Amino acid sequence: MIVTETTSYQEQFERFEQELGADKPQWLRDLQRRGLARFRELGFPTTKLEDWRFTNVASLAKQDFIAPLTPRVPGQVHDAGELAAQALLDDSFHRLVFINGRFAAEFSRIGELPEGVQVNHLEQVLRTQADQIGEQLGQQASLENASLTALNTAMFQDGAVISVAAGVQLETPIHLVFITERDEQAVASFPRSLIKLGKGSNVQVLETHVGSPGATYFTNSVLEIELDDEAELDHYKLQSDSIAAHHIAATHVHQRGQSIYRNHYFAFGGALSRNEIACTLDGEQVQTILNGLYMISGDQLADCRTRIEHAKPNCESHEMYKGILDNHARGVFNGRIHVHPDAQKTDAKQSNQAILLSDDAVIDTKPELEIYADDVRCTHGATVGELDDTALFYLRSRGIPEPLAHKMLIFAFANDVVQGAKIEPLKKYLEAVLLADHGLPQV
Amino acid sequence: MLEIIDLHARAEGTEILRGINLTVKAGEVHAIMGPNGSGKSTLAHVLAGREDYEVTQGKVTYDGHDLLELDIEERAALGLFMAYQYPVEIPGISNKYFLKAAINAIRKYKEQPLIKTSEFLDLLKTNLAKLGMDKSMMERSVNEGFSGGEKKRNEVLQMAMLQPKLAVLDETDSGLDIDALKIVADGVNALRSPDRAFVVVTHYQRLLDYIVPDFVHVLAGGRIVRSGDKTLATVLEAEGYAFLEPAGTPA
Repeated sequence: MIVTETTSYQEQFERFEQELGADKPQWLRDLQRRGLARFRELGFPTTKLEDWRFTNVASLAKQDFIAPLTPRVPGQVHDAGELAAQALLDDSFHRLVFINGRFAAEFSRIGELPEGVQVNHLEQVLRTQADQIGEQLGQQASLENASLTALNTAMFQDGAVISVAAGVQLETPIHLVFITERDEQAVASFPRSLIKLGKGSNVQVLETHVGSPGATYFTNSVLEIELDDEAELDHYKLQSDSIAAHHIAATHVHQRGQSIYRNHYFAFGGALSRNEIACTLDGEQVQTILNGLYMISGDQLADCRTRIEHAKPNCESHEMYKGILDNHARGVFNGRIHVHPDAQKTDAKQSNQAILLSDDAVIDTKPELEIYADDVRCTHGATVGELDDTALFYLRSRGIPEPLAHKMLIFAFANDVVQGAKIEPLKKYLEAVLLADHGLPQV
Repeated sequence: MLEIIDLHARAEGTEILRGINLTVKAGEVHAIMGPNGSGKSTLAHVLAGREDYEVTQGKVTYDGHDLLELDIEERAALGLFMAYQYPVEIPGISNKYFLKAAINAIRKYKEQPLIKTSEFLDLLKTNLAKLGMDKSMMERSVNEGFSGGEKKRNEVLQMAMLQPKLAVLDETDSGLDIDALKIVADGVNALRSPDRAFVVVTHYQRLLDYIVPDFVHVLAGGRIVRSGDKTLATVLEAEGYAFLEPAGTPA
């Protein structure tokens, strides 16, 4: 048999099936097998595909990453404790912590929850309420042309499950912490998470990804979100993976009328990261706000993709992405806005701004607007530049030394995305840690 | 305090300053007037250290230093200040942070202790009041969304906070109505002192009614073509810059 790039996962899948399959409901085994079949069919994406033109995953495909077969044994950790401690922003937040793709009870803490709120991990939910979840899993994340979503579907063992009943306003944020710890073999983890908000409910979810410094690993995450009418979700994602990590994530959001989805994405880790957010605005007066900040250097690549389906009239989508790229870093921003024929009075705004701090840094920006309605307002803009010389001169001419003036301008550029964070400890963290290299000192 | 000898400078290959000579002593106010394109703003920018201009000849001594050898921030730290004709907007940095960063950068350069926050806030409050500025402007981003008048006041505020030795005001009157002009002029006059000097670059004589200069120089074609006392400004106001055109020059 010829060993192909998908063979390793096929073998791991068969081992999972053999060891764990008997405990799983048939529909889940079928779903996962479909995922595997699709992945085998499509293989790893190549740069010949338009969607992957700028992001080469050949090195990811060639290397063997191993997903742990058995759930972890509590207490057997290396540096996960430290990583967890760093990732936690506020001890009062509800939190689910995962280590190498598996739930870690000893680091998790769910405080008192209002009635109608469930915060649990997928493996547990599948054991106890599998059928309830069956209607949700795979509902938003299509396997069609998404080989890595197919791979996640085949391989997932665990993830977060959040469901909130109609009308519940959850004040305490829910923090999902995904830690990848160095192991003898490079770790693969396939978190699969579900969030479902009932009518008029309101929740803040913070998703953090971290890993052992310098460790090579592969995270392939899929998150499916359903927002019922008037539901409101603030979703923060902090991708702070190891500098040698591969992070591939897809977030699928289905929004009903008058719901609000705000995504705040902060990426500064990973050798290669690709974050796709796909929102379907399936109701009137929906608001979708996608803001992102990626700060990369060295040989890092950060690929940010947004897909917005304006399926109904009178909706708004606003996207603002900002990138700061140093050394040989490469950034990709690909924003698709698809306005369906019925979606009159759509208001869609998209902007990607990048600052290149070195001559060798590269940004590829690709807006894709497909508009089939005639009474719409859609704008997109992309700017690529260096730091503003006149501003730099202005600061220096007030006595501010050039290095500090640089920092101030980079901070200023990134600041509006950071200030969009409404969780105070997160904002502080972003100001202090995310912007450590470029942040402002006390003056 | 400032001695400019035979200063030549060019931008994008065009020579703009063609041999400027000017001496400014402590306590003096010099007005530089001249028609558009005469090189007034270029002179101000060259003094501040703008790198878009290439000095091709000449020497500038400032307070015993070879000014042209100093970095932009060093010039500022040594007490040179330029009030901009077009102050730059910097979204994302608050005015307050900016001011404090500037004060402390200068103090660090001079190896002085950093300003205490309470001292800084008191100083800021006093100066804001003098300039009729609302303190909410300090929380706003530097010059962002400020009106023309607010921007100019903000320049004078910076000057008041930084207490320079030599202030170069580049067309500080442009775009100001008469009330704003008076406030800005009062701010400048309040800073006049025997050990501080001003170079006031202006197109119009109007500002000089409020900031009365000791000397007036007329800049044309990159050179100072005429110097005099404050009465020269009045002459210019009455007669315009027409006298600069040699007889017989085609229009």
